[in-house]
Amino acid sequence: MLIIGERLNTSRKGLHEAVETRNEEFLQEIARKQAENGANYLDVNCGTRLQHEVEDLPWLAKLVQDTVGLPLSIDTPNADAAEAALSVHKGRPIINSISAESERYERMLPLVKKHNAGVIALCMDDEGMPETAEKKFKVASKLRQRLTSDGVPEEDIYLDPLVQPVGSNQAAGMAVVNAIREIRRAFPNTHISAGVSNVSHGMPARKLLNRTFIAMCICAGLDTAIVDPNDSDIMQIILAAESLAGRDEFCANYLAAFRAGKIA
Amino acid sequence: MELVEQIKEGVIRGDIGVDRKVEELVKTALAKGIAVESILKDGLIAGMSVIGGQFKRNECYVPEVLVAARAMKSGTAVLKPLLADSHIEPVGTVVIGTVKGDLHDIGKNLVAMMLEGAGFNVIDAGIDVAPEKFIQLAKEHNADVIGMSALLTTTMTKMKDTVEAIRASSLGKKVRTIIGGAPVTQRYADEIGAGGFAPDAASGVDRAKQLLGIA
Repeated sequence: MLIIGERLNTSRKGLHEAVETRNEEFLQEIARKQAENGANYLDVNCGTRLQHEVEDLPWLAKLVQDTVGLPLSIDTPNADAAEAALSVHKGRPIINSISAESERYERMLPLVKKHNAGVIALCMDDEGMPETAEKKFKVASKLRQRLTSDGVPEEDIYLDPLVQPVGSNQAAGMAVVNAIREIRRAFPNTHISAGVSNVSHGMPARKLLNRTFIAMCICAGLDTAIVDPNDSDIMQIILAAESLAGRDEFCANYLAAFRAGKIA
Repeated sequence: MELVEQIKEGVIRGDIGVDRKVEELVKTALAKGIAVESILKDGLIAGMSVIGGQFKRNECYVPEVLVAARAMKSGTAVLKPLLADSHIEPVGTVVIGTVKGDLHDIGKNLVAMMLEGAGFNVIDAGIDVAPEKFIQLAKEHNADVIGMSALLTTTMTKMKDTVEAIRASSLGKKVRTIIGGAPVTQRYADEIGAGGFAPDAASGVDRAKQLLGIA
């Protein structure tokens, strides 16, 4: 399982101010902690900084990479901010994200190619956000086809079936699970990623829903997740679900985590 | 319990189920000669208003709002043909939509539902709505308020364009504007000259009422 740490996001408490005041220590600590807890990539998002995003995102990207050295997930729909952050990035980043919406696709694709980046591909197009598994799969196939024919290797594509709140539509959870299953069956070499915490929006005890849902998604074929690596409950469930889904050979990761005292 | 009070309680509990309770209660109330206005305001709208307050205080959750709205709708459907004859006016007309370039509609739908629940006439413009479309619908329906939603920081800027286009149009300052969505703040509303901002669906209703001086 590829873990993208979600905590460096200015919409989270205290982060907006920390970026604004250039509080390096505070942000470095968040980066370090996520790396220690097993993140493979760190997501960086300065969306709430609006007109400052173009300066702030590269600043944050550089600070984080100088601190922990992990590759980043450059999280912005703003192509100018993405470009600025990519120009200071070391190693292979993930661009978060592209979609099949015409304008966004055309602005982000050149960046993906220029920086040889992985790319999270949101399964939505100019028609809107698909709600059923069939429509999600259709947009996913179209988007993957378009990206590969534009020269992006399929192993660099992270299809995201768009998780929507189950509180508003009780079919939303299984639409994603079934879409993941279809995508996995059709494209075994393409990554599938999801922002699972959207599922619990508007509901109480959100973490319980998030944890249960990620296990369901892993069972269907999810291999990448944008989560909080400092939430040890969700990290343990990911390990357990991967073993149970037959994606942890000889249960080696599960056992290693147990011996390291990370699961109980 | 008095019949109108039962209707209100039925909306709060989201009664619809097999016996379509709220709908039946409304029919019974009509048969007993209770005024349409009382059934609507003291029963259906009053119930939805309790749910709105609970939602704002995190005492109830999205699915409970949806089920209450459904119960309310089952009641208003019975009243609808009678409203015109009873000379009951909506508390105001709101054109609501997600701004140009943004395809998110869950939050916008929730606000629309709450506004309807509070007795507003709601014109839902849908998603990816251009400024001209907002203006055209507002003129067509003689709207009091235009409500805009955006979930992305990149599309939020379209709120500014829309507010400016409204001000430059013949609607001028006649129509109030209200904005909302995850990245939106009061500071942003002030910056772009929007009439109001609301952090959640129930507050959106309060704000719309305030703007129209009926709070």
